Amino acid sequence: MSTAISTYSKSDYINFIVLMVLGFLVIPMTVNSDYWFTSILIPWLCLALATIGQQVIMGYTGQLALGAAGFMAAGAFACFNLILRVDGLPFFGALIISGLIAAAIGIVFGLPSLRIRGIYLMVATLASQFFIIWVIDKFGWFKNYDSSGIITAQDIVIFGRPYTTPVDMYLVILVVVTVMTILAINMARGSTGRNWMAVRDMDVAAESMGVSLLKTKLQAFAISSFFCGVAGALFAFTYLKSLEPVAFDIKLSFKILFMCILGGLGTINGAFIGAGFILLFPVLLNYLGNNVFHGAIDATIISAMEQVVFGVLMIVFMIYEPLGMARLWENTKQRLFKKKNK
Amino acid sequence: MSTIEERKFKIGDPILEVNNISLSFGGVNAITDTSFNVLEHEVRAIIGPNGAGKSSMLNCINGIYKPQKGSIAFKGDTLSKITPNIIAQMGISRTFQNLALFKRMSAIDNILVGRKLHSKANFLDVALQLPKARREEKVNLKKCEEIVEFLEIEKIKDTPVGKLPYGLQKRVELGRALATEASLLLLDEPMAGMNVEEKREMCRFILEVNEEYGTTMVLIEHDMGVVMDISDRVVVLDYGKIIGDGPPEEVRTNQNVIDAYLGVSHGE
Ligand SMILES: Nc1ncnc2c1ncn2[C@@H]1O[C@H](COP(=O)(O)OP(=O)(O)OP(=O)(O)O)[C@@H](O)[C@H]1O
Ligand SMILES: [Mg+2]
Repeated sequence: MSTAISTYSKSDYINFIVLMVLGFLVIPMTVNSDYWFTSILIPWLCLALATIGQQVIMGYTGQLALGAAGFMAAGAFACFNLILRVDGLPFFGALIISGLIAAAIGIVFGLPSLRIRGIYLMVATLASQFFIIWVIDKFGWFKNYDSSGIITAQDIVIFGRPYTTPVDMYLVILVVVTVMTILAINMARGSTGRNWMAVRDMDVAAESMGVSLLKTKLQAFAISSFFCGVAGALFAFTYLKSLEPVAFDIKLSFKILFMCILGGLGTINGAFIGAGFILLFPVLLNYLGNNVFHGAIDATIISAMEQVVFGVLMIVFMIYEPLGMARLWENTKQRLFKKKNK
Repeated sequence: MSTIEERKFKIGDPILEVNNISLSFGGVNAITDTSFNVLEHEVRAIIGPNGAGKSSMLNCINGIYKPQKGSIAFKGDTLSKITPNIIAQMGISRTFQNLALFKRMSAIDNILVGRKLHSKANFLDVALQLPKARREEKVNLKKCEEIVEFLEIEKIKDTPVGKLPYGLQKRVELGRALATEASLLLLDEPMAGMNVEEKREMCRFILEVNEEYGTTMVLIEHDMGVVMDISDRVVVLDYGKIIGDGPPEEVRTNQNVIDAYLGVSHGE
């Protein structure tokens, strides 16, 4: 249980060091297949980052927003245009500004949350998704008047050194995701996160304690969109390696929503667990289909199964464990730990 | 009360003045042309039968409802067209009749939200854990731990409040209101649904806060015994109108009040 204490416990530091050693040393040294980097680790980190954004607005602030992919698109195209048009702008600078642009758009589309809630807000935020994609499609400037519809993303260059191999790109993302995850955890555990959760759990009471609903909701929308924007830019530059609005369709928004719910609403580690599960599950199914059943099961059936299993899991989690897989993980850890002590 | 003379904070001038307010919902008149005041450092009770408009009155003072007519002044400033969070900034805090806790948060986190107005660090300070944010969090946490100790809820401070029994939830809610260090507390039936023992403890907390910090209290309570014991003055509402206002012993013998409670129809 995360109690609001700004200082971190010893086990937090140990977890952090273990994860850092794993991420920065063990994985780059032991994983030598590009497939793992380009198809699993890179999208996993990008989508986990976007899922943190979804967590902020939905898991922590309780606003049923559904348009993460729209803000990812905004971030991706902002980054493309910044690097294209601003000479000498460092990559990380472009990334931060892209996030800020997404945040500004997020504030605008967060405005309806002051009036409407629940499913209505979901529809309103969904509109933001369509609107952003429409604007990018409509005005050629965003795509630098490229008629092919698919624009290749620029290479990532940091201090004059290009980062184009899968491992390099993975490391760049890992740095960004690590820093932003720490910022997110700091906010979630601190007074910022308490204000979000207060608005989520009982807005009238929050307001009576001096929490401004307007400020808190718009702040959450801005921060959420910032995370999605940066995630979108990374996703386009390292995973897609191209910029096409269709890649950021509503399906991606739903995917991020599922990652958020399955991982556990109102958890940061759940973002990583949820994203990992949803990315790996189809891989696992395919593997089973090919290697265990030797292609006896049709690929369409496998992909249908995927949908069914996700659907069932969503319902099961919503009913029995709203805190999602992050909670299951905590419980298992506790049980293992207790057994060891006995 | 006999101890009035020995009080650390002597009852002073009006801190809150409700002037001729009327509030209606569609056709229902919840409050009709009502005026009363609350003196600084006093414990003021609002009583009345169900549906008399007591909760609506607190909601008006706290800015959740906007009365159609009349005005409310706090410390000389008229409260109009302002939201609950601005009223909180002016120094009014409250608890709710039907618990309004942050269910999925722990007890201590609930109380910490009450420190909102004493938190100056913005989200960037918090995200980057700048010294300002850390220092503030430490101070706020210490304050809240003191409240936890005062309310004797140390054991459950890390429990999500949704899982706590009713009586303890009421206590956490009082703690959250106390954490604001407001000068005026509005308590909507803080003892409803409690047993005698729990009520006695709650009374002790309320009186202690009043004595220790001079916090002015407005509380709604149905238990006449409790009202007689802890309040300095009582205002009686019935059908949105005031039918009695004065010290408890005077109100208790007021014929209108007796009639209202016994359900006698009004003569005129
Ligand atoms: N939000 C609302 N919408 C419509 N009617 C309301 C609303 N709030 C209160 N009322 C009505 O106003 C009247 C006064 O209600 P209020 O809750 O203030 O009474 P109360 O004195 O607190 O009663 P109780 O002792 O049952 O808590 C009632 O007739 C109630 O139905
Ligand atoms: Mg009431």
